[in-house]
Amino acid sequence: MTGSVLQPETGTAAQDDRIVLSTRDLTKHYRVGGGMFAGPPRVVRAIDGVTLDIRARETFALVGESGCGKTTLGRVMLRLQEPTSGTIRYRGTDLTGLGEGPMRALRKNLQIVFQDPFASLNPRMRIGEILAEPLRSHGYGTPAEIRDRCTELLEMVGLRRQYLRNYPHQLSGGQRQRIGIARALANKPDFVVCDESVSALDVSIQAQVLNLLSDLQDQLKLTYFFITHDLAVVRQFADRVGVMFLGRLVEVGTTEELFARPLHPYTMLLMSAVPRPDPRKRGEDRPMMRGEIPSPMNLPKGCRFHTRCPFARDICRVEDPGLQTLGGRAVACHFPLED
Amino acid sequence: MGADDPILSVRGLRTEFSGDRGDVRVLDDVSFDVGRGKIVGLVGESGSGKSMTALSLMGLVPRPQGNVSASSILLDGRDISKLEPAAMRRIRGRDIAMVFQEPMTSLNPVRKVWEQVGEPLAIHQGLGRSAIRKRVLDMFDLVGIPEPKTRLDAYPHQLSGGLRQRAMIAMGLICEPKLLIADEPTTALDVTTQAQILRLMRDLRDRVGTSIIMITHDLGIIAEMCDEVNVMYAGQMVEQADVFDLFERPSHPYTRGLLASIPRATVARAARRMPSIPGMVPNLAKLPPGCRFAPRCSDAMPQCQRPPDLLPVGVGHSARCWLHSAGAALPEGEMR
Repeated sequence: MTGSVLQPETGTAAQDDRIVLSTRDLTKHYRVGGGMFAGPPRVVRAIDGVTLDIRARETFALVGESGCGKTTLGRVMLRLQEPTSGTIRYRGTDLTGLGEGPMRALRKNLQIVFQDPFASLNPRMRIGEILAEPLRSHGYGTPAEIRDRCTELLEMVGLRRQYLRNYPHQLSGGQRQRIGIARALANKPDFVVCDESVSALDVSIQAQVLNLLSDLQDQLKLTYFFITHDLAVVRQFADRVGVMFLGRLVEVGTTEELFARPLHPYTMLLMSAVPRPDPRKRGEDRPMMRGEIPSPMNLPKGCRFHTRCPFARDICRVEDPGLQTLGGRAVACHFPLED
Repeated sequence: MGADDPILSVRGLRTEFSGDRGDVRVLDDVSFDVGRGKIVGLVGESGSGKSMTALSLMGLVPRPQGNVSASSILLDGRDISKLEPAAMRRIRGRDIAMVFQEPMTSLNPVRKVWEQVGEPLAIHQGLGRSAIRKRVLDMFDLVGIPEPKTRLDAYPHQLSGGLRQRAMIAMGLICEPKLLIADEPTTALDVTTQAQILRLMRDLRDRVGTSIIMITHDLGIIAEMCDEVNVMYAGQMVEQADVFDLFERPSHPYTRGLLASIPRATVARAARRMPSIPGMVPNLAKLPPGCRFAPRCSDAMPQCQRPPDLLPVGVGHSARCWLHSAGAALPEGEMR
C-alpha cells in the first residue's frame, strides 16, 4: 500500500542512519463512553495507520485542522502516550518494545516544545530550577556543571543569565517560549517535536522564535517534527510537509512541490483558505471547503475526505484510497489533482 | 445625518486603569472613523489596545478601576461618550453589537441557542417568545447555519466551533445594529472554518450594509476584509490608511516591520530567515519618553526622544513618526 517514498529500498529503515525516526502503521485508538447504561464503548481513531520516515536534520512539518490527530501523533512518536499498534523506530531501536529504563535513557535524545509556554512551565519554579531539572534527572553532572549548563542554555536562546532567578510570570510570552526551547535542548537531544510552538506568539515575536529555532537547528544538528496549523509558517520553515486528515496522512511531499502543486484536494483547499496579505488579491474566486470535519468516532466509508471533497465520485464513497506513490510523491486520493 | 457622514466617529478616546502602582493609560488619544457599510480594521499585537478600544466603545470597561473619557464618540451623529450606564445599555446590543473571539465562553452552556441569540430582541424590542423564535430562525438562515430549524433547540456544546461563531454573529446582527464590532472573530477557528466565517461577514456587509470594525492581529485578514486600517501600538494609533495604501506604502516603521515579519505562503524556503522586529512591546506603565516604538526601531533618530504626532503623509493616510513629520521620506530601497 505504501510506496518507496515512505519506505526506503534498504528495506529496514533501521540501518539507514539518515532516518532519525520512523513509524510503521502507527495507530492510537481511544475508547470513549461505555458503562452499564451507556451501551458499548465507541472507538475514536485518533491516529489510524501512519507510516512515516523523518530524515536527519530536516524540518518535517505536520499540518492539519484541529482534531486531525497531529498532536497525538507527536506524543505517540515520543511514547508520551502508548500507541495502540504499529512500530516507532529511533535510529534503529524499536521504541514500542522498549522497557522503562532504556526508554528513559533514550528520552534525552527525544524532546518536545509545547504550544503554551505559560501552561508548560511550573509557575512556582525559578527559571534556573526549570532548566536544571532535566539535567539532574539525567545525571548531567555536579551542581556547578549544571549551573554552568543553565547559563549556557539561556545564552543559547538569547536571554541574559539574570533570568535564572526569575519566575515564568515575570517573562513575556516570547521569553517563556525561549525557556521552553532551552529546557527541551538541555540534554542535547537530536529529535525535537515542536507542537504549535510559535502559534501563541505575536507575529513579530513569532519571527524571532522561528529564527532562533532555525539557528539552533544549524548549530546543534537538530531534526524538527514541527506540528502546526499555520501553512504560512510551514512554507517558510519546513523542508517536507505531511498533511493529516482524520488520523491519516493524505499527502507527503517537499515543501516546494506541495505548495507549487498540491496533489490532494484537501491540501489544495487548506492552502486556498489561508488569508493572503495582499489586498489586490482579495475577491479572487477561490475554491472553498464545504461543511465540517466528520467525527473520528463515525468515519465516513471509503475516502474519509469524500464528504467535504468537491471532486468526489462514486468510488470515493466506497473504497478507501491508501497512501500511494505518484511520481516520487505520496498521496491518498483516487483522483489526484493535475496541473 | 448625511449618507457620507461616518457611522462612527471617535475623537480623543482615552482609557486609564488605576492600580497599586499608579495609573496606566492603556489608550492614549485614539481617534478614528468608520464609514457607512465599511469594514474598518484595528490591527496590532497583544497589548496594543485594540480590544480595549472595542470595550471602551461598548461601555464595557470595568469601573471604578477603569476610566474612559473621550472628546466625542459620535454614533450615527449622536454623541454617546457621556452617556450614563443605563443609557449605554440601551445602545449595546441594539445599535452596537459585538462578536467575541471564543464563542464557547461567550455562550451560556445551559441555555438553548435560540434563547440566547434572541435575547437582544426581548431586551430591546420586548418581543414574545414565538416572534423571537421566528426571527432567530431567519437569522440562522441568513448566517448560513445548515438545518436551522433543528439547531434552534440545540445547546452550545452541540454545535461545532464554526456554527457557534455563526450563532454569535446572528446574535450580534439580530437587532440590525448600526455597527458590529468583531474582536478576533476567527482566531479560535481552523483556517477552513475561518474562510467560511470571513466570507459570511463580507456577504453580510454587501447584502445588509452592516458597518464592521474588525479587530485582528492577522494582516492576512486585514488584507482580505478591510477597506480602511488602523494600526495600533502601545495604546496609540500609529498609522491609518486605506488598505491598499497600507500594504503598498506602509509609512510607520512598525507597520513595515509587521508586514515584513508575516510568514508568506508565497515566499520560498530559501528566505527562511525571517525579518523580525527586535525587542518587545513596552510595558504601558514604563513607556519610553518619546516615540513608543523608538527602542525597537531601526530608523530611530535623536528627535524620537520627543513624542511624534499622528500627521498626514498622503491622502487619507497618516503616520505617527518623525520620519514623516520632519518631511523626510523613507529611502525608496527600504520600501517593501
